[in-house]
Amino acid sequence: MELVNFRFDLDTDGIATLTWDMPGRSMNVITEQVMDELERMLERVASDAAIKGCVIISGKDSFSGGADLGMLEASSRRYAEMAALQGEDIAMQAFFDGTRRLTLLYRRLETSGKPWVAAIDGTCLGGAFELSLACHYRIVSDNAKTRVGLPEIKVGLFPGAGGTQRVARLMPTGDALQMLFKGEQLRVQAAKAMNLIHEIAPKDELLARAKAWIAAGNKGIAPWDDPKFKAPSGRVFSPAGMMVWPAANAIYRRETMDNYPAAKAILHAVYEGLQLPMDLALRVESRWFAHILRSKEARAMIRSLFVSMGELNKGARRPQAEPVAKIGKVGIIGAGFMGASIGYVAALNNIDVVLIDRNMEAAEKGKAHSHKLMSGQIAKGRAKTADRDALLARILPGDDYALLADCDLVIEAVFEDRNVKAQTIQKAEAAMKPGVIFASNTSTLPITSLAKNFSRQEDFVGIHFFSPVERMMLVEVIKGRNTGDRALATALDFVRAIKKTPIVVNDSRGFYANRCVLNYVREGHLMFAEGVPPAMIENVARMAGMPVGPLSLNDEVALDLAWKILQATKADLGADAVDPAQEQLLDALVNRHGRLGRKNGKGFYDYPEKGQKRLWEGLADLQLNKVDPDSLDIEEMKQRFLVTQAIEAARTFEEGVVIDPREADVGSILGFGFAPFTGGTLSYIDGMGAAEFVLLCERLTRKFGPRFTPGEELIGMAKAGETFYGRFMQKKDAA
Amino acid sequence: MADAFIYDHVRTPRGRGKPDGSLHEVSTLGLATTALKALRLRNHLDTDIVDDVVLGCVDPVGEAGGDIARAAALTAGYGDKVPGVQINRFCASGLDAVNFAAAQIMSGQHDMAIGGGVESMSRVGIGASGGAWPVDPAIAIPSYFMPQGISADLIATKYGFSRHDVDAYAVESQKRAAAAWEAGRFNNAVMPVKDINGLTILARDEHMRPGTDMQSLAALKASFVTMAEQGGFNAVALQAHPEIERLEHVHHAGNSSGIVDGAAAVLIGNAQAGKAAGLKPRARIRAFANIGSEPAMMLTGPVDVTRKVLKRAGMNMSDIDLFEVNEAFAAVVLRYLQAFDLDAAKVNVNGGAIALGHPLGATGAMLLGTAVDELERSGKSTALVTLCIGAGMGTATIIERV
Repeated sequence: MELVNFRFDLDTDGIATLTWDMPGRSMNVITEQVMDELERMLERVASDAAIKGCVIISGKDSFSGGADLGMLEASSRRYAEMAALQGEDIAMQAFFDGTRRLTLLYRRLETSGKPWVAAIDGTCLGGAFELSLACHYRIVSDNAKTRVGLPEIKVGLFPGAGGTQRVARLMPTGDALQMLFKGEQLRVQAAKAMNLIHEIAPKDELLARAKAWIAAGNKGIAPWDDPKFKAPSGRVFSPAGMMVWPAANAIYRRETMDNYPAAKAILHAVYEGLQLPMDLALRVESRWFAHILRSKEARAMIRSLFVSMGELNKGARRPQAEPVAKIGKVGIIGAGFMGASIGYVAALNNIDVVLIDRNMEAAEKGKAHSHKLMSGQIAKGRAKTADRDALLARILPGDDYALLADCDLVIEAVFEDRNVKAQTIQKAEAAMKPGVIFASNTSTLPITSLAKNFSRQEDFVGIHFFSPVERMMLVEVIKGRNTGDRALATALDFVRAIKKTPIVVNDSRGFYANRCVLNYVREGHLMFAEGVPPAMIENVARMAGMPVGPLSLNDEVALDLAWKILQATKADLGADAVDPAQEQLLDALVNRHGRLGRKNGKGFYDYPEKGQKRLWEGLADLQLNKVDPDSLDIEEMKQRFLVTQAIEAARTFEEGVVIDPREADVGSILGFGFAPFTGGTLSYIDGMGAAEFVLLCERLTRKFGPRFTPGEELIGMAKAGETFYGRFMQKKDAA
Repeated sequence: MADAFIYDHVRTPRGRGKPDGSLHEVSTLGLATTALKALRLRNHLDTDIVDDVVLGCVDPVGEAGGDIARAAALTAGYGDKVPGVQINRFCASGLDAVNFAAAQIMSGQHDMAIGGGVESMSRVGIGASGGAWPVDPAIAIPSYFMPQGISADLIATKYGFSRHDVDAYAVESQKRAAAAWEAGRFNNAVMPVKDINGLTILARDEHMRPGTDMQSLAALKASFVTMAEQGGFNAVALQAHPEIERLEHVHHAGNSSGIVDGAAAVLIGNAQAGKAAGLKPRARIRAFANIGSEPAMMLTGPVDVTRKVLKRAGMNMSDIDLFEVNEAFAAVVLRYLQAFDLDAAKVNVNGGAIALGHPLGATGAMLLGTAVDELERSGKSTALVTLCIGAGMGTATIIERV
């Protein structure tokens, strides 16, 4: 029996060791071939009377990341092919049987009669952790890097190889649901406290202890296969169950707005499964898994949040000919909130930082920001004092541009004013090493025009961070007209070094993300002007999948800023470029009532010292019309919020500002939290189909105005039945 | 179609639905038996003419399970021939039982039947029968399940009833109930619950707090704040009604229906059967209706079903002299008054479940009986009885004095 992915050893005590070590891969994954081999070996262990039991362990520095998502995609492809040839029913049965193979394999392992022990070091996630849950004993190393968990929910899936059933039989129902909903990667101690693993051991003792457990004569019977087994929370229909389930259903809705079918499937699978014996419970779980695997949401989320994000992180858009830039030291000019935060993130990733401001006091204040952030981490137990000291030692505050002389990259984050920026750029260039790339963190000013202040325009690039930098994972890298490949590559290398996800966009007013965000906020303003109750604007926006309502968001970024942007747009593009209703509203709030947003405690909301923010009562007087909320179409309101952003994304695509749908999608989710279950702005359009999207836009245009008018490209796509991804893949193939 | 006449009705007093309540020692069967037996004895009923006993019961499990109606018919001495059926439409079960019995008469298939209901909330417990609706994600999620008190708070928030409004309503309910007892208005209906020796266990409703005033209610904390916050139900309410910024919790034990034990029975028959039995009809059931309403607000069904039953009866709101609207929560009645711009003086004139208590499966039959007595007392002609119902429903019945 030839094994490719495993090694099989049998010691003199009759204890087998199956070492998982896939050739040519840095990490083990579950593939069809892995399943074939595991199946063969478990039958051998089961049938050979000389074998007492088996330990499964990894030959790599991690256990396994779980199933190959490509394998899941292949199942969907096979389904489509089979459905076309043999009909939906036959295809669905084959899909169901195929996608539950892992479930049956694990169940066979669990009931094979021989004890199986999982010995885990390093990462053990998803389908791999489900394998260990089917084993009769789990020993996990105390290695600080070891993590176990079921993160499937993060890409719109759920643990469908027995995970929901075994977790719900190991933990009280409420805790089990929370664990499955969160999809966290758990540290060893946490996993032990949750009853998910049995034993913690030093890495080099894992195998010996695993064998010892078998040698001690422990049986290969799962707790739930003991007829006397009682689930930790007892029966579903019991007083205890009545305390759990109504709240679980409500909390699901609170956390997902009912937008995430995979999370709902967890509830279904656990609710139904806990009322059934294990084999039937697993079958029900498989039914939900097959259902979710084919859902629009899962497919969109896998593509954007797993595949595309991975590709972008690995430098999909990087000019490959350029050598990797080594950035040992970065110069940051402007130690305000943005500059200080960029410095913090760089230092956190072991890059030395020079933090320059007008005077020492301002620069020191910027450095103190890092002290504050690290102290917060220490308070939460996520860092040690020594980490803070080391990080602070990497940040050198100063007021002298000469400090830039040995920096490998310089980023300016000074005040958003053309003249201030121009002076900064010129001063910096004079102090910088020849050939070093200069980046501007502007959010509003075109890069091409700023680059004119720099003599080497090809070495000038935009790196646009989102606030708060330490939390926001997206960075827009902006190519000015004259930005060269080396500058682009350097910017992308820096973004990678600080572990953020980059998207590359061409120069445009607002670049990509802010254009979509401004539309979102404007839609909120216009609904307000129509007379929609402000609470309804906020709640429906969140029900559409946005992380914060447009009025709250506007309060966060400041109402006077929105007013200024409107005035600037008017000045640059003419009076027709702004909506008078929006202008009147902002004028009233900012200029008449002095409501600037959260920063002065007065925006759309009031921000009391204590307690939660409340919508300002005076808003009622700013609404000339009032609409009866019961007369409003909530689905249509949701569509307005998403369409106004998606259509702007499509415009940036048509204009060539964004050229890769993966970037539009990933950028929209990471940059402004665009309804992740859609897969992002362009996946939202692809998901409903361009034809339907165009129809929707036309309907919204008729009802609400020309801001919803679809562009030529979208209309063309609708006619041809094309998708953004289809078009893009063709282009890529042609290139 | 035959006319369905109400010949008589009785009820037990309502005992506090707790272990210290007077009726806690009395079984569900004992309560139902008390009502059925009283109806039989005081009408000198030859029970052979009773074609069915329909009893509402909301948690028909344990001692209340397995068709309590047939068991109670036997123990009440109705003889072997009288069948029984137990039905459940949550809080309207007792009125629905009357309507089902009336429907049997109207259809011409039965001549005489009993509708009523029973609930021992102190012994069986609210929610004891479980059910898919709050628990199974397949229905709990799409129907925006919330505990009823939170739905009541949602109604108050959406329709603008303040804590003051709901408390003031509750004070009035207590006043009216106390006055009704004082004036002996329940004397004809209420049959004491007695022990095997003939000793009285309870003769009067014991949940009432006649001294209730705004100050005493103000001391009570809203009941559903923690549950709504920690159980995620605030978010459910806001997703069902996003026009609301924040749920205002105004309901508490003092302005919600009381948890009590009790039973009721109503004798219904066609004209011939009544005449043959020497009974005098007291009222005619003119129309009834059921409806589903928005499940999230859950308790606004009385408004919808009132419109439906009026249409069915070819009547207008102004044709109704008297209303019994179950006081599940103060906001339910306030919304009803608001929706129809109705004079509060016509509604629940002898108090309601806030003062007297709401023995779930029996309440509907009790309200109907109260309406019959009040029509007779006041000389008025028509009454509309309606109850809000879990999962968003409404039942209503219109009666007229004959």
